[in-house]
This record gives sequence, C-alpha cells and structure tokens, in this order.
Amino acid sequence: MTSTAGVDSRILRAPHPVPGAPDNWKRFFSFNTDAKVIGIQYIATALFFLLVGGLLAMIMRGELITPEADLVDRTVYNGLYTMHGTIMLFLFIFPVLNGLNNLLIPCMIGAPDMAFPKLNAAAFWMVPVFGVILMASFLVPGGPASSGWWSYPPVSLQNPLGHLINGEALWILAVALSGISSIMGAVNVVTTILRLRAPGMSLGRMPIFCWTALSAQTIQLIGLPALTGGAVMLLFDLVVGTSFYRPEGGGDPVLYQHFFWFYSHPAVYVIILPVFGVFSELFPVYARKPLFGYPFVAGASLVIVGLSLIVWVHHMFPSGVPQWMRDVFMVTTMLIAVPTGIKVFAWLATLWGGKLRLNTAMLFALGGLFNFVFAGVTGIMLATVPVDIHVNNTYFVVGHFHYVIYGAATMGVYAAIYHWFPKFTGHMYYEGLGKLHFLLTFIGTNLNFFPMHPLGLMGMPRRVSSYDPEFAFWNVIASLGAFLLGVSIIPFLLNLVSSWVRGPKSPANPWTAIGLEWLLPSPPPAENFEEHVPTVISGPYGYGTGRPLVEHQAEIERSLLQA
Amino acid sequence: MTISPPLDDAPTPQGHDVAYANHSLTGFIIFLCSESVIFLAFFSGYALLKLSALQWLPPGVEGLEWRSPLLYTVVLVSSSGTVALAERCLSRGQLWGFRSFWLLSMAMGAVFLYGQASEWRSLAFGITSGSFGSCFYLLTGFHGLHVLSGILLMALMLQRSFRPANYAAGEQGVIATSLFWHFVDVIWVMLFLLLYAWS
Ligand code: HEM
Ligand SMILES: [Cu+2]
Repeated sequence: MTSTAGVDSRILRAPHPVPGAPDNWKRFFSFNTDAKVIGIQYIATALFFLLVGGLLAMIMRGELITPEADLVDRTVYNGLYTMHGTIMLFLFIFPVLNGLNNLLIPCMIGAPDMAFPKLNAAAFWMVPVFGVILMASFLVPGGPASSGWWSYPPVSLQNPLGHLINGEALWILAVALSGISSIMGAVNVVTTILRLRAPGMSLGRMPIFCWTALSAQTIQLIGLPALTGGAVMLLFDLVVGTSFYRPEGGGDPVLYQHFFWFYSHPAVYVIILPVFGVFSELFPVYARKPLFGYPFVAGASLVIVGLSLIVWVHHMFPSGVPQWMRDVFMVTTMLIAVPTGIKVFAWLATLWGGKLRLNTAMLFALGGLFNFVFAGVTGIMLATVPVDIHVNNTYFVVGHFHYVIYGAATMGVYAAIYHWFPKFTGHMYYEGLGKLHFLLTFIGTNLNFFPMHPLGLMGMPRRVSSYDPEFAFWNVIASLGAFLLGVSIIPFLLNLVSSWVRGPKSPANPWTAIGLEWLLPSPPPAENFEEHVPTVISGPYGYGTGRPLVEHQAEIERSLLQA
Repeated sequence: MTISPPLDDAPTPQGHDVAYANHSLTGFIIFLCSESVIFLAFFSGYALLKLSALQWLPPGVEGLEWRSPLLYTVVLVSSSGTVALAERCLSRGQLWGFRSFWLLSMAMGAVFLYGQASEWRSLAFGITSGSFGSCFYLLTGFHGLHVLSGILLMALMLQRSFRPANYAAGEQGVIATSLFWHFVDVIWVMLFLLLYAWS
C-alpha cells in the first residue's frame, strides 16, 4: 500500500471506463462483471417490471372503481392479482434492492467489486430469464397462474386443460429460478461484507446500510432454500403427479404453507431491512447530526433476523393450526415490534433538533418513515389472533401490506435512488421534478391504500372483482389514488432519463455526506479505490463533529476538488 | 498453509486483493450452510408427512430392503476418509499420492451411485405411489445429484492438478470440494437413518 504520504492522483484519473457515463450505455446490455454496472442493470430491469406490475394494478383498480365486474371477468382478475403480486415481489422489489446492494456495498466498504463478480453477473442475468418465463404464462393456453402469489395447493394443483406447459408450472419455475438467483446474490453480499472491508473498517464502523444488507441476505440464505425446495415439490406434484401436497395420495397441503411462509414472512424483512438502512444513511446527512444509537440500530437488525425466522405461523392462524401454536407465534410476532421500535426512536432522535434539508431524497425518506409507522400500528393489530381471524381475507390486510411495501419500501427505494443518483451517474437530478414525484407518490399512496382499512373492517373480502355497492365510496377513492400513483411514475422516469443525459454535472460529494463512497469521484471508476484504499479511522456518522473518516481525508478531498 | 493463487472468479489480483485470497472458500462455506437448509426442509417435510400419514408405505410394500444400501453407505462414508488422506498428501506436497486417493474417492462415489441406480430399478413402487414414494425418490434423487456434482468437482480439481503452478501448496478448490464431499456424506447418513432405519 503506497497511499500514506499524500494521495495518489490515480484515484481521480479513472483509468478504466466509467460505468455511469452515458456514452457507455452499451455496457448495460452486456455480461459485465462490474458491480456498479450490474447494480444499474438490476435497477433498470426492476423499474421496467414496476411498470408492468403497475399496469396490472391499474387494470385491477379500474375494475374495482365500480361494484360490478364490468372491465375484466372473474378468471382474468384472478390472473391479474396473482401476476401483479408475483411481478412486484420477485421482479421489482427484490431486484431493485439487489441493485442497491451492488451499487452501494463495494463502494461503502472500500472493496474493488463484489467478492464473486462472475457469479454476480450470472445472478443478474437470471432475472430477465425468469421474467420472460413468468410473462410467457400470459400466452399459454389457460392463461397465467391465478391462484394468488402464494399459490396454495390444492388450488394451484388444478390443471383443467391437462397441458404440461401451463401458467402455474411457468409460475413455479420462475419462482424457483428467482430463489436460486437470490441465493447466489446473497452468498456474494455476505462474503463481500465479511471479507472485503477496507483496512480499519471494523464491523462496528460499517455503515448501517451494510448491516441491514448483511441481515437481509442472511435471511435469504436461510429462508430461500425452504421456499425453493417447497416450490420444486409443488412443481413435481403438478407436472409429474407426486403426492407431497395432494391429499389423495397421502400428501398434506398445509406442508406447503409451512415452506412458503417460513420464507415469505421473513421476506418482508428482506424488503424492509435495506430500507431501514437507507433511512439510517439519509437522516444523519440531511439533519446533519450523528445517527443516534448506532450499536442499537445495527444490533436491532440482527435481532430482527432471528425473530423473523420463528414467526411464520402467524400467516396460518386460520389454516387450522393448534391453539398453542397460535399463542406462541402471536407473542413472537409482537416481539418484533421491539427492535423495530428501537430503530424508529433512533431515527426520531436523529431528526430531533436537526436542521433538516428537505430535498427530494429526504422527503421520500420522511414520507416512507411516516407510512411505515402507520403500517406498524396495523401490523400489531394483525398479530393478535382474534383480529387476524376477523380481517384475514379482507382488504385490511391488503392495505396493511401495501403501506409496508409501497408506502415504506418503494418510497425508501426512491429515496435511495435520488440520494445516490449523482454519485453513480455523475449528474444531479432535477429537484422540481423530484418534488412533484414525491407529492404525487405520497398523496397517491395514502389515497390508494388508506381506504382499504375501513373497507376491510367493514368486511370487504380481497381477491374479488365485484363487491357489494355499500363498499363503493372507499373503492372510488382508492382507485383515484391508484391512478395518481400511476401518473407519479411519469415525472420520475422523465427525471432519471433527462438528468442522466443532460443534467448538471455532480461534484464528488454534493450532499457533504460522510462515507467512503463520497470520497470517490462521481461516477466512481471501475475498481473504486483500486489499490489505494484509504484506511478508515472512525465511525460513519460523525456529522457536526468534524472528525475525519479516513486517514488523509483532507488531501483526498482537495484532490477531488481540483479534478 | 500458505496462500494459494486465487480461483478464476476472484477479482483480478491487484493490490489489496491478495489479502482477501481466501474469500472463495468463505463464499463456498456460506453456500453449503444455505444448501443444508434445503435438505433440512425436505427432512422435516418427510417427518411431517410420515407422522400424519394414515397409510405410509404404498400398498403391497412391506418395507425397504436395507442390507445392500447399508453396504453402499459404508462405501460412501469411507470415501470421506480417502478424501481426507488425499488432502493430507497434498499438504505434504505428494501430488501423486493426492491424485490416487482422490481418484479412489471418485470411484467410491461412483460405486455408490451405481448401487442407488440398481436399487431404484428393483423397487416395486414409483415416484407417484403416494407420499412415501414421492419422498423416497425426491430425497435419494436429490442426494444422488449432489454425489454426481461432487464427482464432477473432483474431476475438475484432478484436471487442475496437472496444470503447472497450481497445487504447489494446496488449493482452495480442493478444500472446498472435500468440504462438499463430507457434507454430502453427512446428509446421506441422516437420509439413511430417516429412510431405512426409521420405521
Ligand atoms: C400503484 C400501486 C399499486 C396498486 C394500485 C396495487 C393494487 C393492488 C390490488 C388491487 C391488489 C389485489 C388485492 C386483493 O384483491 O387481494 C394487490 C395485490 C398485491 N400487491 Fe399491489 N398494488 C400496487 C403496488 C404494489 C407494489 C409496489 C407491490 C410490491 C412491491 C405490491 C404487491 C402486491 C402483492 C404481493 C399483492 C397480493 C397478490 C395476491 O394476493 O396474490 N403492490 N395490489
Ligand atoms: Cu408475516
């Protein structure tokens, strides 16, 4: 290591092609092993599928604006929500988070790349492949899978047409492939974080985003094999005629539910933990205060991993599980509120008395936090067995999880995209368009998903294309909110494309943030710091303390300014 | 053990990468932990189905013949020993010793697979004969696939041992492969107990 006396100007010369530069757009269509390219590939693919899944949602809300089933019929509607849910989860939210992992983790810990670059690219390219497989189910006889995104047998095992290639089989195949791809991604993330940190960066000096990514990917490693195994068994039952879940042959449909929820409950933390990480990165920057209670925020992630793996049965309260199981799982579920609450209080304490800069990224983070707190309240309600049994198959649940998944997670992802956009593209985004995007999203989310709670309490079932006219009022409001959300995508995409192509050039550290990634030029060169990795000498949130993060920080910053 | 040259998919060995030379092995161990969950899921599914079944074995089947499977089990388990011997030779720099024990282990794995294939052929029930049949073929088949992958991995390492400059002081690939092999063996012992001994 030679970077002791003064900073080598090589960090600034970007000897390799710069991933974010617009003239390099062709690399985004190639088998590229640079984590930053892969990150952008993931995010772009995910945004494409957000549009597809969103289009299906628009059709659903269009259908639900009137009580009658007049736009699409019952069977089409079944296919719509199944595909909407599957696309949003497996092709939008997981890939978009994998994209953030790829962009942020190596830069944040000072690694040249992910631990296994080829495996990384292979995991990414599986996404379009299973995307195509899933979409192909619209074209096969019998139409797409339509037994819900959880695909419970025996419903999912019905194949009236007798075709080998049917929507359900394609669905299972896509989900199994998605599992394999995500396991590959998780191995990469965990190895990178454990083995490739810069000198001086102990786990206790690691940015919270890396802590949450580590926790989320640990869940993937433990949970996904169960889902993938369960899906393979489902595929065998459907295609070969085995009897894992077929009661006629001695199988047990509830077994599938265990496999499915053993993964799919923790999966909500795979989604929300990185968003917690984003909040923890953004609030200190824009409030200019150190993150309150760093060790608790980091440790709470690990506690959440442990708890999330032992609560899955709360999804099966109505499935005839014994009463003692219900009690045990009710209590463990409620315990999760403790580490989560710790985090929320840490953020509030961070914001408290801070001088807030309300730019687009911060607005999205604050809006996401607001929605998350609301979802937390309804979540506790759902964890109590009697309430759950009452509202289980109603719109209350749909409202609750969309607050988490759209209100908090998707908005957190938007916050991350805006915050790190200048770093990875080298261009500033337009604040005006960004704020318009935020306004439409925040109002749209609440208009769309709040009415689902009164609807659920009144007893409107989910997964129906027509309903009793007494539910009409709230449904109209929800649909209007949904269309607002649909419109909100326009300023977003417009902003991304136009800023990237001709937005103003971004300095290395536009938000005066602390973190290794902000010591890199914007956009960072292919191998990040190359061999001149700075030595970390303090924790990541020294806002307002004037404490340097790395050795020779002043010189690095000076040389970046000259560039 | 000194640090060996990085595997193919390690980032180009520049500067500080040398310090991270062992990360491939870390990744592989993490992967193995994850894989063991699939088997765990299959095992618990098997136990659950068996405990709640009204009629477990397919009609006309009395139970599994366990004598020859036990024999093949002994072969497979002892191949863990020969793999360990091969590793010991390698760490002492005896390349030919390594190659012969390695080859012997591959052969033992192949014998095991042969035994499994002949057992499958002789069975009176198929994969669609109720949940027992489904579980039996899924578990043994999935495990068999792992044995096959292990043999292929070993073949790859054997071929690499003829490349000059490799294997001067041991290889992470060999360590990873042997870990995988022990893993597959342990899984088989559990499988044998579940399928053949627990009735
Ligand atoms: C414009 C935004 C959205 C609208 C209008 C919308 C609307 C809907 C509607 C009407 C349903 C059917 C509910 C039912 O009858 O059970 C649904 C289900 C679902 N949505 Fe969304 N959604 C949106 C965004 C999202 C996002 C961003 C995600 C995930 C990241 C998501 C995940 C799901 C899931 C998992 C289901 C359950 C599907 C199933 O029951 O099989 N949604 N959504
Ligand atoms: Cu849950």
